Amino acid sequence: MSAALALGDDALVLSHRLGEWAGHAPVLEEEVALANIALDLLGQARVLLSLAGDEDELAYLREERAFRNLQLVEQPNGDFAHTIARQLFFSVYQHLLYERLAASAGEFAGLAAKAVKEVAYHRDHAEQWVLRLGDGTAESHERMQKGLDALWRFTGEMFQPVEGIDAADVDWPALEAAWLSAVADVVQRATLTLPTGPRSGAWAAGAGRQGLHTEPFGRMLAEMQHLHRSHPGASW
Amino acid sequence: MAAVTAEQKAQSTSGTADAAEAARTAVFDAAVAADDRIEPRDWMPEAYRATLVRQMAQHAHSEIIGMQPEANWITRAPSLRRKAILMAKVQDEAGHGLYLYSAAETLGTSREELLDKLHAGRQRYSSIFNYPTLTWADVGAIGWLVDGAAITNQVPLCRCSYGPYARAMVRICKEESFHQRQGYELLLALSRGTPAQHDMAQDAVNRWWWPSLMMFGPPDDASSHSAQSMAWKIKRHSNDELRQRFVDICVPQAEALGLTLPDPDIRWNEERGQHDFGAIDWTEFQEVLKGNGPCNEERISQRRRAHEEGAWVRDAAAAYAAKHSPARPGATRSGPPAAPVQDTSPAQHVEETA
Repeated sequence: MSAALALGDDALVLSHRLGEWAGHAPVLEEEVALANIALDLLGQARVLLSLAGDEDELAYLREERAFRNLQLVEQPNGDFAHTIARQLFFSVYQHLLYERLAASAGEFAGLAAKAVKEVAYHRDHAEQWVLRLGDGTAESHERMQKGLDALWRFTGEMFQPVEGIDAADVDWPALEAAWLSAVADVVQRATLTLPTGPRSGAWAAGAGRQGLHTEPFGRMLAEMQHLHRSHPGASW
Repeated sequence: MAAVTAEQKAQSTSGTADAAEAARTAVFDAAVAADDRIEPRDWMPEAYRATLVRQMAQHAHSEIIGMQPEANWITRAPSLRRKAILMAKVQDEAGHGLYLYSAAETLGTSREELLDKLHAGRQRYSSIFNYPTLTWADVGAIGWLVDGAAITNQVPLCRCSYGPYARAMVRICKEESFHQRQGYELLLALSRGTPAQHDMAQDAVNRWWWPSLMMFGPPDDASSHSAQSMAWKIKRHSNDELRQRFVDICVPQAEALGLTLPDPDIRWNEERGQHDFGAIDWTEFQEVLKGNGPCNEERISQRRRAHEEGAWVRDAAAAYAAKHSPARPGATRSGPPAAPVQDTSPAQHVEETA
């Protein structure tokens, strides 16, 4: 139950952020790609939230403190490099996690087996863009580096064990090591530098999973939930 | 039309330039008369080429500007199912823009050039997208009425004389009719919902009805391009003919929805076997075309901003491609990276998850 909420909220919130790009992407192909990824994530969110209860009640009627998503996925889009940095950090994590869940005997094995194919595409998309922005022009290099640096402090919380996922199914320290190695490899190939700052502090470590979020998240929810909350009991 | 090239050569070596031109025109006219498809490498009159570029560019621009009024509601969609449907629709529109720019490029222009003209205000997009989406019900009204009008206009284009355009339209029309049904179904849910939802649906139909009728263009006696386009079989029906067809389709659909159309003059005409309807405010249409509609400024500004703010990303992709494609030195075509394309139709995708 709590694991379905945690994983479902990650997908729901990141999908929402990617949906904000519609009509604003740098090139038409990215309108298609970002919407495609947002749709995949929304599909995953709907399955996961439905395991935990009613998808719309959970999405539209919970307040900020009841959401269990990572702080990383709620971060505002920023420029394209910032969005891509967020995509890289999250999609590598999600890919590695879902690979493990798919191979497990846990309740998420079926869902993860289906989603892992989508997530592999998200990961590839993010990696390809990190390479192009990092090893593109001086400006894109600088922007990509800034994106990685700015979001680095939100990456530690991904490896706090998720309540409800069996320790036998996911070895979190090993997941973290695999993530670090994969991200370091892409960053290095993109001629960028792996950030050196802290990946979590007393506040950020696992905070999102406990319903402790960053300030932009409340405004995101206000926009997302406004219409649904304005018509209590209505169906759409 | 593969034989044309040989025939052209024969003509141009044996006759004068004028005679060659006349012969090429005759071959072209015969192909059009026989309902053959004109293909990119075939000879075509310059005016035919220019008309197609203008029309296809305007069509492509409409797809990408048309993303804005709907994307306006993605972050506020009232259920996850509706949100998925709307995201998929906006994604499809970007895809339609891509097909249409590609089809236009077969005529010797480029997407970059066409976008520059859009941003400079030298090419148009459909006037309908200069109206604002003020409530959630507008998303349904756009699906039902705006996509409905677009389909009525576009289905005949699947038989257009220019092959690449006709083929793009086959795929686009399939997806559009899917969107239209979803828009209708959205309005039906509102119409049968709470009184507040019903009012929201009626208000949206009231605001979108007349602008939708204007999508068919000026009346036949004031349509400057119609006669030539019909002769070339780019167009198959007149503006007024298509508008009438659309009204006749919508009247029973509105009844089934439990909503009214904001025109007291609509009534069945037994003699004509069609509906009579009220006069369109062509002054409003002209004002919107001139740039004085409710959202003209916002729409073009957002498009320009997205393009300008994305320039460094396109530059990066081009610089990377130049560095990493030694087989094609000097390749500077700006564009996206060769990111893998997921082979999943967005429409199917939503049907699965919905």
